[in-house]
Amino acid sequence: MSSVQTLPRPSWLHTAVGRKVVMALTGLFLMSFLVVHLAGNLLLLRNDGGAAFNAYAEFMSTNPFIRVLEILLFAGFVLHIYQGLYFIWREKKSRPIGYARNAAHANTTLFARSMRISALVILLFLVVHLRHFFVEHRFLGSSLTMYDSCKLAFENPYYTLFYVASSVLLAFHLAHGFYSSFQTLGLVMNHRIERLVKVAGAAFAFLVPLGFAVIPLYFWIRTF
Amino acid sequence: MSFTENWGKSCGTTVGLPATPKGSRRPLQQVRELRERFWREVRVPGTGAEFNQNLEKALRVADFLELGELMIVDAYHREESCGCHLREEYQTPEGEALRRDEEYAYVAAWEWAGENEPPILHKEPLQFEFVKPTVRSYK
Amino acid sequence: MRFTLRIWRQKNAQDPGRFETYEVDGISPNTSFLEMLDVLNERLIKEGKEPVAFDHDCREGICGSCGLFINGRAHGPLPNITTCRLYMRHFRDGETITIEPFRAKPFPVIRDLVVDRSALDRIIQAGGYISVNAGSAPDANAIPIPKPVADRAFDYATCIGCGACVAACKNASAMLFTAAKVAHLALLPQGQPERRQRVQKMVAQMDLEGFGHCSNTGACAVECPAKIPLTAIAQLQRDFIWAHFTPDPYAR
Repeated sequence: MSSVQTLPRPSWLHTAVGRKVVMALTGLFLMSFLVVHLAGNLLLLRNDGGAAFNAYAEFMSTNPFIRVLEILLFAGFVLHIYQGLYFIWREKKSRPIGYARNAAHANTTLFARSMRISALVILLFLVVHLRHFFVEHRFLGSSLTMYDSCKLAFENPYYTLFYVASSVLLAFHLAHGFYSSFQTLGLVMNHRIERLVKVAGAAFAFLVPLGFAVIPLYFWIRTF
Repeated sequence: MSFTENWGKSCGTTVGLPATPKGSRRPLQQVRELRERFWREVRVPGTGAEFNQNLEKALRVADFLELGELMIVDAYHREESCGCHLREEYQTPEGEALRRDEEYAYVAAWEWAGENEPPILHKEPLQFEFVKPTVRSYK
Repeated sequence: MRFTLRIWRQKNAQDPGRFETYEVDGISPNTSFLEMLDVLNERLIKEGKEPVAFDHDCREGICGSCGLFINGRAHGPLPNITTCRLYMRHFRDGETITIEPFRAKPFPVIRDLVVDRSALDRIIQAGGYISVNAGSAPDANAIPIPKPVADRAFDYATCIGCGACVAACKNASAMLFTAAKVAHLALLPQGQPERRQRVQKMVAQMDLEGFGHCSNTGACAVECPAKIPLTAIAQLQRDFIWAHFTPDPYAR
């Protein structure tokens, strides 16, 4: 039997487990953001010509507390993406020679297997979405109100289709991500909690993206 | 495999339970022939320079052949019966195993004396201080 | 039954390796998978060819030696069994069966289907033990442990170290293996003094060996012959986080 190498203990952030904890914490933080964002977005469905939504948009872009949170949110995204990229690299490193035949579908869910693809689509969505609303209004000083900007965008069927498709992929990402976060934080202590987290995760992954998808669909349907 | 069958016949039927006095030296002869045949005919795929499970198995067979031969030597040098290890020529008038503790109350350790040389016997006597050995009766 | 076997052949660690195809015929449905390979090897030896090297020992599912990646799954198409307990009736007659070694950077191929799994031993050496003073054995029930706790600890202790979790994991992570030992000892009073150091040392060793991270896909638990549940991993995570963020009561 070979002897154990003594090693300098890596800082916890650099262990596989520590990095996953960062992934889980940023993931949960981003999920909480999704809920807040969705709650605001649902104001778009109010039949008041966008008064409530515009007031909300105004509040979100001027309140100093929100501005600080915004920086944290960006940091959360960056960390989450950085760790994700690290794990892609690490996966290759841990198994340099892959299997000729792999039946991963037999022991994992579609959602867990497609985390990378869903992440990529969400990232792409994020770029388009931020460019279209955040950059346009915050930095380029759009003459439209936020409500009109949304209305204009979602009356375009391609734009709506892109948003709906992104929501579906977000649902995929959350379907594994929700449970995975709790598991990584060590909170899934027994099979009862495991079931509970999985049910809650399924509900979250279904309802939140559904909420996001309904809004562009609503504007698009109203064009008929 | 015919080799395995030969081996079984030599050991099982002649030194097995109970051993017969007849043909007493025959199994030894058979095992020696078998051992010789093994070394003459053995073919091990692969080489010793790499991980080789076949070599491992072949070495195990070689070990068993030597050990088996030694067991036959040991079995026949011990001219007594002991419990189930019954030799038909050593039994009481009633047909029970006849032990000869005065001669054979020792552990036999055999020393390798070279190829085709009879092994050298070292005796390690069994000393009983508190409990003296007795003959068990099944009646 | 008749099968076409696509088997990974590799002379040694340096050889790049390749698949070779063999036909076997006249196999009884009740032949075990390893016996089927024995039949093939017997034939290869008679033909003067090199038999296929594969690990096996007890052939009754308790030793953890046998480990083959069969048709894309660790230990073959059934969940929670070892390769030796897989039978040919679990395959279709005439099927092409792909047999590969367990793949992971810390599991270098020694020959054909045999890999070196001693990295797992080194993880255990790093912290998967308790320190006790040698002497006479303590009374069996000197330390009271509630039955449900003992049962759970035992469930985690049943890991046979076969490495199927690593083989099945898309990241080649040894988390289920490591977590089984961490969770087993974390539940018992004897495991408490070294609990913090244990999880830290074992995780560090796991990283050092080059195993991947856990992404909670659960593939490991599906393939694990000892049915180690994912709650073991949650226990490891909890202990690891706890060990880093709370003061060590044993520190001076």
